[in-house]
Amino acid sequence: MKKTHIVGIVVIAIAIVVIMSTAGDASAYVSFDDAKEMYEAGNKNKIHVVGTLKKDHSGQVVGIETSPDLLSFKFTMIDENNVQQEVFHANPMPTDFLRSEQVVVVGSYQNNKFIAEKILLKCPSKYQEEGVNV
Amino acid sequence: MIHELIGNIGHLLVIVSFVTSALATYAFWRSHVTGEKTWESLSRYTFYFHTLAIIGVCITLFLIISNHYFEYHYAFSYTSKILPVYYQVSSFWNGQEGSFLLWMFWNAVLGVILINTNKTWKAPMMMMFSFTQLFLVSMIMGVVIFDVKIGSSPFMLLRDVVNDQVFDLNPNFIPEDGRGLNPLLQNYWMVIHPPTLFLGFATTVIPFAYCMAGLYTGKFKEWIRPALPWAQFSAVVLGIGILMGAYWAYETLNFGGYWNWDPVENAVYVPWLVLVGGIHTMIAFRKNETALKASIVLVVAAYVLIVYSTFLTRSGILGNASVHSFTDLGLSGQLLIYLFVFLILSIVLIVKAFRAIPSPKEEVSAYSREFWIFMGAITLSLMAFQVIIPTSIPVWNAIVEAFGGSSNMAPPADQVGFYTKFQLWFAVAIAVLSGTGQFFWWKKMDAKELKNQLYAPFLISLLISALIIVLFKIHEFGYILLLTASTYSIVANLKIFISVAKSNIKLSGGAITHIGVAMMLLGILFSSGYSKILSTNNTGLLWSKEFPDEVNQNNLLLFLNEPRQMADYSLTYKGMRKLSTDYGYVDLNDIEGALSPLELRIGENTITSDGIELKKGDTIRIINPENSYFEVLYSKANGSEFTLFPRVQMNESMDMIVYSPDIKRTLTADLYTHVRTFPDPEQEVDWSEIQEVKAEPGKPFFINDYVAHFVGMEPVSNIEGIDLNEGDVAVKAVIEIEGEQKTYVAEPIYVIKDNLAGRIPDQVNDLAARITIQSIVPEENSFVFGVSTTQKDWIIMEAVEKPGINILWLGTFLLVIGFGVATVRRYTDFVKMRDKGME
Repeated sequence: MKKTHIVGIVVIAIAIVVIMSTAGDASAYVSFDDAKEMYEAGNKNKIHVVGTLKKDHSGQVVGIETSPDLLSFKFTMIDENNVQQEVFHANPMPTDFLRSEQVVVVGSYQNNKFIAEKILLKCPSKYQEEGVNV
Repeated sequence: MIHELIGNIGHLLVIVSFVTSALATYAFWRSHVTGEKTWESLSRYTFYFHTLAIIGVCITLFLIISNHYFEYHYAFSYTSKILPVYYQVSSFWNGQEGSFLLWMFWNAVLGVILINTNKTWKAPMMMMFSFTQLFLVSMIMGVVIFDVKIGSSPFMLLRDVVNDQVFDLNPNFIPEDGRGLNPLLQNYWMVIHPPTLFLGFATTVIPFAYCMAGLYTGKFKEWIRPALPWAQFSAVVLGIGILMGAYWAYETLNFGGYWNWDPVENAVYVPWLVLVGGIHTMIAFRKNETALKASIVLVVAAYVLIVYSTFLTRSGILGNASVHSFTDLGLSGQLLIYLFVFLILSIVLIVKAFRAIPSPKEEVSAYSREFWIFMGAITLSLMAFQVIIPTSIPVWNAIVEAFGGSSNMAPPADQVGFYTKFQLWFAVAIAVLSGTGQFFWWKKMDAKELKNQLYAPFLISLLISALIIVLFKIHEFGYILLLTASTYSIVANLKIFISVAKSNIKLSGGAITHIGVAMMLLGILFSSGYSKILSTNNTGLLWSKEFPDEVNQNNLLLFLNEPRQMADYSLTYKGMRKLSTDYGYVDLNDIEGALSPLELRIGENTITSDGIELKKGDTIRIINPENSYFEVLYSKANGSEFTLFPRVQMNESMDMIVYSPDIKRTLTADLYTHVRTFPDPEQEVDWSEIQEVKAEPGKPFFINDYVAHFVGMEPVSNIEGIDLNEGDVAVKAVIEIEGEQKTYVAEPIYVIKDNLAGRIPDQVNDLAARITIQSIVPEENSFVFGVSTTQKDWIIMEAVEKPGINILWLGTFLLVIGFGVATVRRYTDFVKMRDKGME
């Protein structure tokens, strides 16, 4: 076999591994129900859930509890299928958390609790303008 | 009054630039086909005219920004009155339109340089060059043709962009002030990073244009000589641009590092890798047709990837996947056309050319320089491939959905871990190849010679890495390999450098660059692989049994003036500060108020961080009213101490709160500190119920557990906001309270006005106490004070140690120098041949 052929085969092999691992390690946007199913099936992959914070009828965010040492907190999130879930996060509450319009949590269920490793916030005025605010 | 004229001029100039770039493309084509002098000068002058128009657009936009014409959407959105001039420059490229403009500006300037440095290549190459410019200008056209909007103009009036009732009432309404520059961009790196990056973007088109011209005119090989120095220049500028961005992220964002594998970062890293791969094959093309073909593919791919990255970051397709992509301006269709035009054009030309280029007759030998260079280029390409595939996940989703399927793939949850897993091994390969390949480049090699040459560097690097592994306790297998390979690359290239530099220093560019790369790998290995969070929770207590055990808490809660131990340091949070332009940091408690947004008045005598005494009534100047700083004192048991001032920037108009770290730099490591959160200043303070304390002058008592002395009572003759008439009485009690750091004075006031008693409490923020005079008991010569308390001020911070980060920056400098040397060498080559008429 020629050297170029060997090199070619190795390159193709690496390329296939790359594509397979991308497909395997990619996370997914799912609902809490799907995430729970995955957890119960023993799938430990971290997933993305998109949703909003739970609010009462006056628009106040409810269900937030901060630890006494302020270093961690939990909150109640409602996903796009209107499923409510308590989410734990081992970091202090971000300062603009309560003002967020949309929340994306990256994490998974552990011991029947949803643990968010990362929280991405979309704040209303960050990317779009609504009016001039004179 | 609305300044309509200037916007119209700007818009007109954009259209002129568009038309002239189209004309220039045509004229350069005619000039190439006919070879006539008239077409030659016509094409040249059209391009010059185009350049003037582009410069005109830039000046117009900058005037709108610097004159604060807030009737314009661009000025309103990205600048404000108090923004200093150097940040007005950043405002220019805060918006997408401005950053496109910056890119076009560089293209225009480079075009003029190319026109004046080329002879026979000029016409076909500039034809391609102007053609790419045409697409860029179309992005900011802002013209509607047949209901299709082409481009987004930076010269739109606010009233035409934003729907607001104000404009129904008064169409000529002009906002008082703009929304200001995005807080993240208020950093000096943002003044120089975008121009550098876009110069890098702009230069990638040069090797591409030469290559396309070469394929088009049938000069399949000759294009490489003029293209090579530009490819090298492009790689170094783009590389600097990327690293500046990384450094900006390190200093400004608070994810705790310089590289986060965010799609926006990846989108420029990938074309850079491919371009560097292309440079390698371009050096080896003469003896090897495969290298020639690879050069063509890689140079073209680098440019197409630049366009693709533009599409990724500006079409809005990244959506949730990235924290810092641009807003969607509805340009995705146009960007796709741009991408596909050049993709298809280059594929057609490449296919045609490949038929004409003969296949290599004999197999390349493993002892030839071409083989090794080729392996390097392949590794670089695979590295790029491994990054672009996952980065494009949102694109894969979009494609599946376009065909009616549904796909919910998200980027890997742990991006850093995911990419590192692969890139680490590629990096090992790069280090080994760059060390070994150099020997094949400079010497004729066979098995025996190879052994001779490699023996010494191999042994030396094994010894050095063994020493490092033992000293720094490196146990991870991948890290050990990368360390050894990088050390080997440094030693081997150093050997090459010495022998090459002896004969001709101008040829040493490759060796220097490779040493730089190997050092960068070492720097990344230590600063990222051994980055250590010092603030990890070491109490072992979790607040809730509900929490799983494996959750680590990486943050530290510091209450004001209460020292806490962290690693070898005792940390004390000393309060919030404002940064003055002349005196250093000033205690926020001693500041009374603002005279103007940039001028603050001192309310209490105070000593600044520079040790300067300021008196009540003095004023200080500040740069940005949005910024506040947290003073954190680090002290060690041996008495050494230093202070860090991590920052918070609160931008009300954008409702953004941005934390930036402060970094203690030493030769061996950086100590990186950033605040995660602090009490929301907008939230109301919760005061406890008032507790009454009886106090007599001279007798100590307690306020919120601090020792306090009632010094005495003084009459007060005027109180701010209250008119004291005859018969009214006001007294204040002077109380000294001994805090941890200093003694505070509280002066609550008791007033009797119109026979009614009033109490004005005084607050000592640092001690979280508020004191009121409840009543005066003259017969006992004592006062009854009411004391209410609240939670002490606090911050939650994270501290990370990054060892060896300076090796990374040092490596970067070497990389730049090495590329510089190589560029000069290749450019001299080109000039020599051009002047001989052998372009």
